[in-house]
Amino acid sequence: MALLKHTPVEIKERKALTVNPAKTCQPIGAMYASLGIHGCLPHSHGSQGCCAYHRSALTRHYKEPISAATSSFTEGASVFGGHANLIQAIDNIFTVYDPEVIAVHTTCLSETIGDDLNQIFDKARKSGKVPEGKTCLGAPTPSYVGSHVTGFSNMVKAMAQLAEPSGKKTHKVNVIPGWVEPSDMGEIKRLCAMVGVDITLFPDTDGVLNAPLTGEYKMFPDGGVTIKELKKTGDALGTLALGEWCSADAARWLDAKCKVPCTVLDMPFGLAATDRFIDVLRTVAGVSVPDSVAFERGQLVDMISDMHQYFYGKRVAIWGDPDQLISMCEFLVSLDMQPVYVVTGTPGKKFEARIKEICADQPFEVKVKAKGDMFLMHQWIKNEPVDLLIGNTYGKYISRDEDIPLLRWGFPILDRQGHQYFPTVGYKGGLRLLEKILGLLLDRKDRDDPETTFELVL
Amino acid sequence: MAKTKKVVQLMPTDIKEELLKKYPPKVARKRAKQILINEATEAEAPPEILANVRTIPGIITMRGCTYAGCKGVIMGPTRDILNITHGPIGCGFYSWLTRRNQTDASSDGVNYMPYCFSTDMQDQDIIFGGEKKLAAAIQEAYDIFHPKGICVFATCPVGLIGDDIHAVSRKMKEKFGDCNVFAFSCEGYKGVSQSAGHHIANNQVFTNLVGENEEPKEGKYKINLLGEYNIGGDGFEIDRIFKKCGITNISTFSGNSTYDQFASAQHADLDCVMCHRSINYVADMLETKYGIPWIKVNFIGSKSTAKSLRKIAEYFGDQELIDRVEAVIAEEMPEVEAARAKVLPHTEGKTAMLFVGGSRAHHYQDLFAEMGMKTLSAGYEFAHRDDYEGRQVIPELKPDADSRNIEEIEVEADEKLYNPRKTADEFKALEEAGFEFKHYEGMNDQMDKGTLIIDDLNQYEADKLVELLKPDIFCAGIKEKFSIQKLGVPMKQLHSYDSGGPYAGFKGAINFYKEIDRLVSSKVWSYMKAPWQESPELTATFVWE
Ligand code: SF4
Ligand code: SF4
Repeated sequence: MALLKHTPVEIKERKALTVNPAKTCQPIGAMYASLGIHGCLPHSHGSQGCCAYHRSALTRHYKEPISAATSSFTEGASVFGGHANLIQAIDNIFTVYDPEVIAVHTTCLSETIGDDLNQIFDKARKSGKVPEGKTCLGAPTPSYVGSHVTGFSNMVKAMAQLAEPSGKKTHKVNVIPGWVEPSDMGEIKRLCAMVGVDITLFPDTDGVLNAPLTGEYKMFPDGGVTIKELKKTGDALGTLALGEWCSADAARWLDAKCKVPCTVLDMPFGLAATDRFIDVLRTVAGVSVPDSVAFERGQLVDMISDMHQYFYGKRVAIWGDPDQLISMCEFLVSLDMQPVYVVTGTPGKKFEARIKEICADQPFEVKVKAKGDMFLMHQWIKNEPVDLLIGNTYGKYISRDEDIPLLRWGFPILDRQGHQYFPTVGYKGGLRLLEKILGLLLDRKDRDDPETTFELVL
Repeated sequence: MAKTKKVVQLMPTDIKEELLKKYPPKVARKRAKQILINEATEAEAPPEILANVRTIPGIITMRGCTYAGCKGVIMGPTRDILNITHGPIGCGFYSWLTRRNQTDASSDGVNYMPYCFSTDMQDQDIIFGGEKKLAAAIQEAYDIFHPKGICVFATCPVGLIGDDIHAVSRKMKEKFGDCNVFAFSCEGYKGVSQSAGHHIANNQVFTNLVGENEEPKEGKYKINLLGEYNIGGDGFEIDRIFKKCGITNISTFSGNSTYDQFASAQHADLDCVMCHRSINYVADMLETKYGIPWIKVNFIGSKSTAKSLRKIAEYFGDQELIDRVEAVIAEEMPEVEAARAKVLPHTEGKTAMLFVGGSRAHHYQDLFAEMGMKTLSAGYEFAHRDDYEGRQVIPELKPDADSRNIEEIEVEADEKLYNPRKTADEFKALEEAGFEFKHYEGMNDQMDKGTLIIDDLNQYEADKLVELLKPDIFCAGIKEKFSIQKLGVPMKQLHSYDSGGPYAGFKGAINFYKEIDRLVSSKVWSYMKAPWQESPELTATFVWE
């Protein structure tokens, strides 16, 4: 019995109906990014339902408390605008929770009404609702444009816009990691330190969304980039933006407005993307790469060579966020695996072109769709199966129906833990990805091999 | 290692003061009316609570929205209706499979629950209107899936731009002929909580579905179960018990439900209401239109289950059913008692707090009581005053601007189908024997004097309450889970059950006993401090032998 039994093999073109989306809406990305600011309470300007949904989804993914406030619009606010609600909210938030920062994002509703956040902040400041030394920042995140990735990017840009260039350069480098896990942010910090680059990482959810259990509840955990650091980003040597979709906007803004030059790189998932990242870090710092980094790299290469036979030729269906998919597909191709179906819900023509480029000259044809959905991907799989699925938890239905192993990777992961604690970026992260992929493929082999060829040694 | 308990006994008034202390004066004034120190109900004027009022902006609320109540709670568990969320992608995405609506589709095979359908509105739809896209989406859904019914749900922006989802749905219904299409104006901003969404959903189901299937249903004792959503398989367990007793459940609103169940609801002879908040008005409408009387039941807790079964049997009044129910209770209870005896040494005397959407904050107190656990404080996310104080306050409730938003439908006795299930004399005899129709005494009645009853609890107050009273367990939802646990107190989700369940009925009680035993006995809560943190000052250095 199939769970998705109504998914037909025959593919009909759909123009209006999205089925089983491979994306969600902007505000949740903005909320996640805001949590990477130290002492920040994210605030959703709209009806309370959106905020409840975003908090629930992030809580389920990170298994951590996600505090966020809402303007709690009712009908009146929806008609006359939400100014009064937001000003009241700002007052209540600073009085009750005392955060350093309130990071406001809009919703479909407040965007459609046309509420102007900066104007409201001004009013709140003038009427004394924002205590001395505290910050309000805001990002427009209309959900009918882009996806959760766009929302993330918009909030990161709002963070960059706090920059107050003094004209005196620091020796620091801004690194914008994009929407990756707290563990990945930690790993990026570790790698930069290894190479000897002093960075400001923003956002930084490491320590915030993988916090310890101590018997004490800190609404604002110790991690996160500080406002002071964000203000200084305008004085940095340069900005490294990891991921065109998630990070480039903020970096380009700093470039254009504060004369902080930027380089946009792929997210450092897998061998080649990590190589490029390290190579740029080396140039930025003007140092040679320490042996310890080369050592880790060598371990990853070693594992690829050791187990190549099991990767070789394996067909993969993969869905998720553009920046992550690009690096992951490149990694898969480098393993001689075949990412045959690639789907993101996030719109963007560039994405399809980039994936095709990565898979060009390969012995397989890639089907790729931006603004696609998981229903379509499932139909592709029904037409011609794959050996492995890589994507978020929603893939478990396809995995069970079609009996294909699933590597949980991306957002959201609702039914497993580990992503908060163990990185998948960098060489160490690459090792973890390979370990997981191998585990799935070999468990499957052990399960399916006939008794005669069932072997102890693999 | 036992948790350190607060030694000082706090007075309820002190606690209330502590909760309100930090608020700006206006907020404190409002919250003061929503925090009630429960008095003995013999008091002349039972204390009043402020409920079903707007959430305060900026206060981190536990509440969701009207859409969540409508699409997520009420229509979500209906497997063979195809639900299309009309709006940008988020709302549909978040309500996709996250309520753990279990269903058993083996009988008819149709099940759209694992799917998420959305019009994924883009900016041009917001600017130029989304009706065309909605019509096209309904058409595509029909072409691919051929469902019996398609439901359309409006999200906030849809209401704002004024798409007429009802007209689109009517048009498509006429066009198809063999597929019922109807819509819900359940924009999130409409009510003050999910409750408005339940109302909107129920009204539409009542108007567009109930009564449609006129073919009589077999069964000697036919009931409907209202306000049961089959989270964690609760509905399966209740159905198992019904079946064993020979009671036919025509339709559950709406756990594990189908199109046809709703369409046949008028064939039942008794309506049993589980969650009073989410559905009491449907029970009233079913009575007015079809003559089906209703009673309040509770299948959470073994004693409550037994009591509810006996009540159903008493209503039908047949000795055969009465005997059968007694036999089933006698057969089920030994296992329950054995499980209870096992956990009692660990749970007796422990304390709980419950803050959940509707009835669960009340019903689960029965289960805790069976384990010898006391409820220190409880409240609802989206209740109205009658859920706290009992139905007798309903006439006093004045509609405000927010409740006026929610359509009230007028029903009359159906010319053809109205049929009183008992004679006036029979009703009278039952009532004289103490049988209570349409009666709900509310949660406060059951709770101890001096307990704190708090409407629309928020994160700040939740954390404060836990800090002050250190309960042995706290029950709420996913958003509250981890801040409570960071405080070193186990937290049980009573919306989704943390993937546990069923907790209803006899088998469910056993599951719950075990689960609570696990939580209050888990060693993890004693690991909060590392050994070196207990005495951080070094008094001597380590000496190697
Ligand atoms: S947009 Fe409206 S309907 Fe959707 S989740 Fe938010 S409050 Fe609910
Ligand atoms: S899509 Fe819009 S309305 Fe729906 S949850 Fe997201 S922000 Fe809220």
